[in-house]
Amino acid sequence: MTATAEKPDLEIGRERRRKEDQRLITGRTRWTDNLALPGMLHLAMVRSPFAHATITGIDTEAAKQAPNVVAVFTGADLADYAGACINAWAITPDQVTPPHAPMPTDRVAFAGETVAVVVARSAAEARDAAELVDVEYAELPAALDLKEAAADTVLAHPDLGTNKSAYWVFDSGEAGTGGSADEAIEKARGDGIVIEREYRQQRLIPAFMEPRSTVVDPTGEQITVWSATQIPHILRFAIAATTGVPESKIRVIAPDVGGGFGGKLQQTPEEMITFAVARKVGRPVKYTETRSESLMTAHHGRDQWQKLTLAAEKDGTVTGLKVELTADLGAYIAIVGGGVPVLGAFMFNAIYKFPAYHFACQTVLTNKTWTDAYRGAGRPEATYAIERLMDELAVEVGVDPLEIREKNWIKHEEFPFTTVAGLEYDSGNYEAATAKAKEAFGYDALRAEQEERRASGDRIQLGIGISTFTEMCGLAPSRVLGSLNYGAGGWEHASVRMLATGKVEVVTGASAHGQGHETAFSQIVADRLGVAFEDVEVLHGDTQISHKGLDTYGSRSLVVGGEALVKAVDKVIEKARPIAAHLLEADVDDIEFSAGRFGVRGTDQGLAIGEIATAAFAAHNLPDGVEPSIDSEATYDPVNFNYPHGTHLCAMEVDTETGGVLMRKYVCVDDIGNIINPMIVEGQVHGGLAQGIAQALWEEAVYDDSGTLVSGSFVDYLLPTAADTINFEVDHTTTASTTNTLGTKGVGEAGTIASTPAVVNAIVDAVRSFGVNDIQMPCTPERVWRAIHAHDGDAPTEGAAAPHFTEETGMQGQTDRTDGAGA
Amino acid sequence: MAKIELTVDGARVSDDVEPRMLLVQYLREKLGKTGTVIGCDTSNCGACTVHLDGRSVKSCNVLAVQASGREVTTIEGLADGESLHPVQEAFRECHGLQCGFCTPGMIMQAVDLLNENPSPTEADVREGMEGNLCRCTGYHNIVKSVLHAASTTGGAK
Repeated sequence: MTATAEKPDLEIGRERRRKEDQRLITGRTRWTDNLALPGMLHLAMVRSPFAHATITGIDTEAAKQAPNVVAVFTGADLADYAGACINAWAITPDQVTPPHAPMPTDRVAFAGETVAVVVARSAAEARDAAELVDVEYAELPAALDLKEAAADTVLAHPDLGTNKSAYWVFDSGEAGTGGSADEAIEKARGDGIVIEREYRQQRLIPAFMEPRSTVVDPTGEQITVWSATQIPHILRFAIAATTGVPESKIRVIAPDVGGGFGGKLQQTPEEMITFAVARKVGRPVKYTETRSESLMTAHHGRDQWQKLTLAAEKDGTVTGLKVELTADLGAYIAIVGGGVPVLGAFMFNAIYKFPAYHFACQTVLTNKTWTDAYRGAGRPEATYAIERLMDELAVEVGVDPLEIREKNWIKHEEFPFTTVAGLEYDSGNYEAATAKAKEAFGYDALRAEQEERRASGDRIQLGIGISTFTEMCGLAPSRVLGSLNYGAGGWEHASVRMLATGKVEVVTGASAHGQGHETAFSQIVADRLGVAFEDVEVLHGDTQISHKGLDTYGSRSLVVGGEALVKAVDKVIEKARPIAAHLLEADVDDIEFSAGRFGVRGTDQGLAIGEIATAAFAAHNLPDGVEPSIDSEATYDPVNFNYPHGTHLCAMEVDTETGGVLMRKYVCVDDIGNIINPMIVEGQVHGGLAQGIAQALWEEAVYDDSGTLVSGSFVDYLLPTAADTINFEVDHTTTASTTNTLGTKGVGEAGTIASTPAVVNAIVDAVRSFGVNDIQMPCTPERVWRAIHAHDGDAPTEGAAAPHFTEETGMQGQTDRTDGAGA
Repeated sequence: MAKIELTVDGARVSDDVEPRMLLVQYLREKLGKTGTVIGCDTSNCGACTVHLDGRSVKSCNVLAVQASGREVTTIEGLADGESLHPVQEAFRECHGLQCGFCTPGMIMQAVDLLNENPSPTEADVREGMEGNLCRCTGYHNIVKSVLHAASTTGGAK
């Protein structure tokens, strides 16, 4: 018999409604831009309209005379205060890294770069005065096109002598994880199949809904920085490391943060300028960007050319994969900038048993907005490439694309499996996820309908797209990061404070911005500590409260931060155990802990953990030598990455007359291990899917010939709306991860990583009978139409068929601005 | 400066404002009604949606002076004391929000939509919410929330 006979309902696995929501649905919020401090001043940035230019003069006099303007600063004025924007990951020892001053003094390297800042009593007055700052530029040739930049035709930074930043290589032959990809390809050219493709990963913009904002208050002993950031801890480090202000004098707070998706994983020039201005003027200052500024200057994502060669036997057994990437860094190397394609390097082989693999990536500087992590960071690009290639291989062999995948994937009994990229996948069951997805999708019926539509020459053709993805997430084992020359570790910290009233405060180093950590972490603690869900308070996002942490990105919060929490809770229990034994007058070895209660084996005596907390607080009656606290903390370094996987199936209808596409059905079955809160997980999947689908169909950051971002507002950068999207069918299979206590896997990025190739595969599948084997993203109606009609006769459409066209404006219709567009 | 008098969330207020001041700026900067947020500068995102005389408007697209003599309801005035509006309840129940930044606008727009059409179909909801952008949810659970609210107020289809 034990002290607690009845096992309470477990929190883990429950669809708990979120603790976060009460405030958010009633407008009781703390976005950074909501903050107002006494005497607070407002900043407006003066930004370069040129992609590349020398600053030959700045006249600030008129601006300084404007109403309620307090100061105007140029780069020279702030040079001693502004620190620098850091690159934390030089991917090779000889990486060419341009210095990155938050505000340059002599030369701008992308359109939107800040050249002066106006400080005024109101935001409107600051903006008015910013118009009065007269900057003289001498325009320089700009490096814009990625491939041309890689050839050093025009230099983005003339002093560096090259645009080529770093060349990073992984070769399974050299690493001892496999054979030579070149040999495999050579052999396949003789007696097998070789698929050679070049794919474009267009430039995307994270486009979080809350524009970035920073408030800095220098009036206390510590300088307090509120910022709309995913990374308060890393930001504090970066400010301290580059300004000389001691880390202990800086407090960074990420209050309510409105989305990030990697886009707020940055130490931004704007944050550094705001920090510098606050120190200069000695008063609280606020900078909030406009949406246009956000789209133009907050880091972008993706932007790669992918040259791919896949070798296989005649029967479709893969024998080798060679990947050559060219990746656009933009004008500066962002905090993790160059590392993003390297995160993809281990994922091109995906779930397939390639015996040989070669990966090489050239990172390139251009005069465009810098790039860095955007949801998935490297892994969506890799997944897109391999999942597109597997479809092409299936066509070549003449089998169903699911069959070619099954032939090559790791069987569930083969786990743990060490891949050709050197990673050990701990668990998975691709067969189970695929079987479940096929059934939910009605795969065979849709294939039959596709055949009918093809046979009848229906105007609407149907395509089925498949993506059997995996990803590495839960960044990251510190030793692995060290071996990749990353500047920091990948651990996470948590502490658990047992309050005198029986309530529990949990402090995490993860920094949520919409993920629901307060709810999910409360569920974990409630179960493990045996306390009520409502009695757990999760604190985060303030470096004075959560003094240690590595923040939120890379689907790491649950699998790394959650494990740190488990370890901290276990320490609380172990610290409480001798106190319980003492109070119960029993031997420590006879104390059992279950469902929040310490019992004495073989008796009905027991004490709740809250009672031990109260006893430790009073400290009247503790064992000799035991400290009066059961609070505990833990720092956890993951032993491995984490490998969620899933099968995504997408049906797309293509109108062959207009090129318009319509999503008919989307089914995904993801294996993300054990699930803490199914409702939150489903939400993460939905949002991830929408972003991945948007890459396939709608979104692209487009620059004109002079380096101006022409998709610089929500009028031009096409975020999907409710009317563009459909309901998704989301389900799961569960193979518990073996590398963390809770058996969980990351989920934040899965939908985005998986969905893009599923959609494009479906569109290509729909129109393959027209001789189409690729359509560049985003698959606009124009591109789809052009692909379908690429093999039409020679006669161009002229005269009466295009009556509103003129010779002057061109007879080619709307010109596609992207190189390589169309079929 | 122009003098304006209006009712915001049931309270009568009066101020001198610059004629160019937007309603959303007035709400946030003069009244501290920071529950209503600004997400863009082209009236695309709908994060600033409030009700003007009972109809939804994007408050970045209305001048404060245009609201003079009229009645404004923001997300902060939607609940009846401690009792949430059914649409607020529905968003929590159906996980219709993640980061929550678009949520005030989404809820205000959904209330307006349901006032107009108490029994919307899924397609009606998707069309009716088209002017409000969300980056977190993929809209799946937002649509579900609005339909749920319709059903709890007796208008499900």
